Amino acid sequence: MTKFDVSRRGVLKSGAFAGAGVALPTIFTASSAAAFTNEPTGSSVTLGFNVPQTGPYADEGADELRAYELAVEHLNGGGDGGMMNTFSSKALQGSGILGKKVEYVTGDTQTKSDAARASAKSMIEKDGAVMITGGSSSGVAIAVQGLCQEAGVIFMAGLTHSNDTTGKDKKANGFRHFFNAYMSGAALAPVLKNLYGTDRKAYHLTADYTWGWSQEESIKAATEAMGWQTVNTVKTPLAATDFSSYIAPVLNSGADVLVLNHYGGNMVNSLTNAVQFGLRDKQVNGKNFEIVVPLYSRLMAKGAGANVKGIHGSTNWHWTLQDEGSKAFVKSFGTKYGFPPSQAAHTCYVQTLLYADAVERAGSFNPCAVAEALEGYEFDGLGNGPTLYRAEDHQCFKDVLVVRGKENPTSEFDLLEVVEVTPRAQVEYAPDHPMFAGGSLGECNPGA
Amino acid sequence: MDAILLQILNGLDKGSAYALIALGLTLIFGTLGVVNFAHGALFMIGAFCAVTLQRILNLSFETVDETQTDFLGNPLKVKTPYVEAWFGPDIGGSIVDWAVPLAILFAIPIMIGVGYVMERGLIKHFYKRPHADQILVTFGLAIVLQEVVKYFYGANPIQTPAPDALNGVMNLGAVIGMDIIYPVWRVVYFAFAVLIIGGIFCFLQFTTFGMVVRAGMADRETVGLLGINIDRRFTIMFGIAAAVAGLAGVMYTPINPPNYHMGMDFLVLSFVVVVVGGMGSLPGAVLAGFLLGILESFASTTWATTTLPGINQIIIYLVAIAVLLTRPRGLMGRKGVMED
Amino acid sequence: MFGLNKKDTSVLIIVAVMVMLAPFLLNPFPSASGLAQFNAGYPDLMQKFVIFGIFAIGFNILFGLTGYLSFGHAAFLGVGSYSCVWMFKLLGYNVLPGILLSIAVSGVFALLIGYVSLRRSGIYFSILTLAFAQMSYALAYSVLSNPKFNLTNGETGLQVYADDPQWFHNPDRLPDLPHLFGLSMRATYKLDLGAWEFQFNAGYYLCAVIMLACFYLAIRIFRSPFGMMLRAVKSNQQRMNYTGLNSRPYTLAAFVISGMYAGLAGGLLSAVDPLAGAERMQWTASGEVVLMTILGGAGTLIGPVLGAGFIKYFENIFSKINDYVLHSWFSFLPDGMEDAVVFLIHPFIGKGWHLTLGILFMLVVIFLPGGLVEGGQRLVNWIRGRKAKSSTAAHETNPAE
Repeated sequence: MTKFDVSRRGVLKSGAFAGAGVALPTIFTASSAAAFTNEPTGSSVTLGFNVPQTGPYADEGADELRAYELAVEHLNGGGDGGMMNTFSSKALQGSGILGKKVEYVTGDTQTKSDAARASAKSMIEKDGAVMITGGSSSGVAIAVQGLCQEAGVIFMAGLTHSNDTTGKDKKANGFRHFFNAYMSGAALAPVLKNLYGTDRKAYHLTADYTWGWSQEESIKAATEAMGWQTVNTVKTPLAATDFSSYIAPVLNSGADVLVLNHYGGNMVNSLTNAVQFGLRDKQVNGKNFEIVVPLYSRLMAKGAGANVKGIHGSTNWHWTLQDEGSKAFVKSFGTKYGFPPSQAAHTCYVQTLLYADAVERAGSFNPCAVAEALEGYEFDGLGNGPTLYRAEDHQCFKDVLVVRGKENPTSEFDLLEVVEVTPRAQVEYAPDHPMFAGGSLGECNPGA
Repeated sequence: MDAILLQILNGLDKGSAYALIALGLTLIFGTLGVVNFAHGALFMIGAFCAVTLQRILNLSFETVDETQTDFLGNPLKVKTPYVEAWFGPDIGGSIVDWAVPLAILFAIPIMIGVGYVMERGLIKHFYKRPHADQILVTFGLAIVLQEVVKYFYGANPIQTPAPDALNGVMNLGAVIGMDIIYPVWRVVYFAFAVLIIGGIFCFLQFTTFGMVVRAGMADRETVGLLGINIDRRFTIMFGIAAAVAGLAGVMYTPINPPNYHMGMDFLVLSFVVVVVGGMGSLPGAVLAGFLLGILESFASTTWATTTLPGINQIIIYLVAIAVLLTRPRGLMGRKGVMED
Repeated sequence: MFGLNKKDTSVLIIVAVMVMLAPFLLNPFPSASGLAQFNAGYPDLMQKFVIFGIFAIGFNILFGLTGYLSFGHAAFLGVGSYSCVWMFKLLGYNVLPGILLSIAVSGVFALLIGYVSLRRSGIYFSILTLAFAQMSYALAYSVLSNPKFNLTNGETGLQVYADDPQWFHNPDRLPDLPHLFGLSMRATYKLDLGAWEFQFNAGYYLCAVIMLACFYLAIRIFRSPFGMMLRAVKSNQQRMNYTGLNSRPYTLAAFVISGMYAGLAGGLLSAVDPLAGAERMQWTASGEVVLMTILGGAGTLIGPVLGAGFIKYFENIFSKINDYVLHSWFSFLPDGMEDAVVFLIHPFIGKGWHLTLGILFMLVVIFLPGGLVEGGQRLVNWIRGRKAKSSTAAHETNPAE
């Protein structure tokens, strides 16, 4: 028995040009080919969890993986059901997805586009994964999203914060629940205005790659709109470990706010260095010198230790939230693993549920049907209040948290406190906003 | 003017780390003729000695506090370090606070031990093998070491702060009537590096042991023919080189929180430093370390990056290329070393 | 045959047969069985095997023959990838112009870097090439991807966008993916035989044919007077210079050839997957090809290919084994024992694949100085020795070289 399986529709037609020898088998394909890539035919369905397991984001990846395992357990009816009980949609019954048991494969992105794509491809080509999810950096998310578009499977982005993921590089098969750099800026600006006033001079240190630029652009626009001046913006190499030579010039620049557009190890080191140089205790222009970290993550805050105290930033979600969804998730995650989940874990868990729910509602695993079910979908009960998956760019719109490093943490997890929940209306933007312009979703691709 | 002085200080500080790692690297090369790609890992292990000591000092027993709850709603378990329970919160607290400096004492025997085991157990068998094999096996060792550390400590950076007393800033310019604010610990780090480098030079210059080692570096065979067991001394030198890298790592932890791949981050740079300084030349390694540190700092200034975008990322390599093309044996290298 | 002696011909034929039958050979386990985890016969990994095989073969021409240890070959791979994607962006998705340009551009790039770097030898040469490659990487990652002059698209990687010109692309007639005159590189023919499923992928066979051509060319270079000259450089360059020969043009030629091999590999990487990331140029990527070559056996014909396969196999297969898989393998054991076994294996799989790879490197380097090829020879000799119980096997210790 043979079956021919081509990944793109175009090949069917183009096969005729390819020379007789190669073109011959394509004749058999038309009727026997599956309706879409990796259509699950047995009693189970395979999802691909592609997270960084080596490299600097390995801990974040490990937390994402825990969340995925929890989600699979809940989908298959195990555990206490977690957020499935609080989710506004009741399509999920704990009997797998469309009655098929959920199985999963894992892979290592190494936080490199190439490795991430190789790993995702092996999941698609070898393991028959019908959906790929995960990732802990925007470069990887965009690379894998592009691959999933070409291969005809759904991509549910993990932690990716760059505007490009749902802007310039958006794809019809890709969906992002996590917030983005623009939202960080829009959520932080009013809080900063209340705290530090409108007459401030900001100095930006920015990681010199796509995400950093996107973050700098967003926060700069948001703060300048409320009257802040930007004294200087300095790009720092991603590979930098010691930021002293970038911090030292801040001392005499006349700036009174330092904005660190850094993430991960960069953020830990630049913040540590900034505090080392006494910036926190400094007085400039008669005001206290302040430091702002636009994108916070609890795991990284732990790395920065006591240095985060009193420093503001934004985050997608935090485990101290008191809504029913968050409480349910923290409870089932904490019971299983013994510590509260990170925001990366939260977004990955939610993405998995959202995908499963969309399949149930669509009644099919076909990526085009799933995409249609997700587009313009309004839901609630997953931790961020009422949320919309916008059809135009596949970005979720929901409340954004502004957090601050806690002065007196009661435990090693209790590092951040929520200062304000910025309502969704305040972080919304038009789909053709200049920071997101330039790309198009294209057509959804079901593969075969 | 202050800005320039500040950048020189930053350069000296970065240079201290480069110089200390490169010193050990070139010492091993000069004595044993081995290209040690695991040297960065030794630096990392040193840093994790500090982390480990911090963990040991923070070993705690748990008491249940019924009045508070943890995130799951269970009664909160309060942790009290044994050290604080034994010595009281004041003395105990300051012992924990001084974990990093104490880790120096803790790290020296460990690092010498690690170095000794590495040399006797592995490197010894590679003296006669090509440099490529040495690079490969030590590179493999570096991977193994860093993965083991990652297994136990995770991939995230771990904050290991300096003692409170050394945590602030000081005004270095007060003497010359200028305002040069600089972190105390970075000054300590520079002073420490100078001390260690000076110590190594004195040891090699003024002790009989050092004299024999220097003679062995110049002509191993002849020294062997004189009936001196040069191998044993070289093994000890390997241990010392490991300890230097380890101490550099211990003292570096408050500057930037250590993570398991910090060794690899420094490895390439320290090789460039060694080559620019001249393979096997100790003064060369130190000179090149400080020089490249200062150049890197200046290349990072806004002035430099606006004139030549990206210069801060490539300056070290540019310098290396320039030096190697104009002065192939490095700044202070001997002619003919490693040229084939 | 093909101007090769009998031994080389048979090596070439064996390699050709193995490469052509790889979809079968690499898929020994039925796809439903637990051991299917170890199957490597899916398009992406097979492509990686042959592409990195090309990379390592090229590297071996420089390192294996002349002894010059370049630590910057990843730069040529990266340059090749970028050139190929640029051809996709400008001309259209046909892979031929892209591959040709990637060879040409990396050749020019190698000429420039080689001309400068080859003024030094030994570790100084290594550091020079490393410096050039790291500079290329740093620039590609950030400076060359600024919005005003976006050559590399930085962190995200260079890819084709809908608004790219693609002058010769006809979306009605041609696939929207890299193709060779209409045959998509992703086109895969799946053959179900009993419990097995074998995949025959167009991109793989294109790469495989090119790899065989490269392998053939490498044999010819190894056996040519030019190759002899390169070996002379390795054994004693000084003496060679004293005899009045200028060795520089020979080493430069070897450098450029191996750079072009790397560029070709880079071009093929883009051809089967049209995205080129800067991390392909990082020093760790350069180190990887060094490891592949030495691990397989530097200076041997087949060694680098084996080394490339070895490393890529670990990267892609071991990283995907997780506790869930382990539990399913050992579920036949009693509960406590199952957990104990999983606990013991756990550090070495999944996120621990680096550890396993590191340990294996060390073992190979320590016990098999000649790499995997030497391991194979020892195995063959041992079997022969057991059969014949005589030392007659000694005269055939070098089947590959």
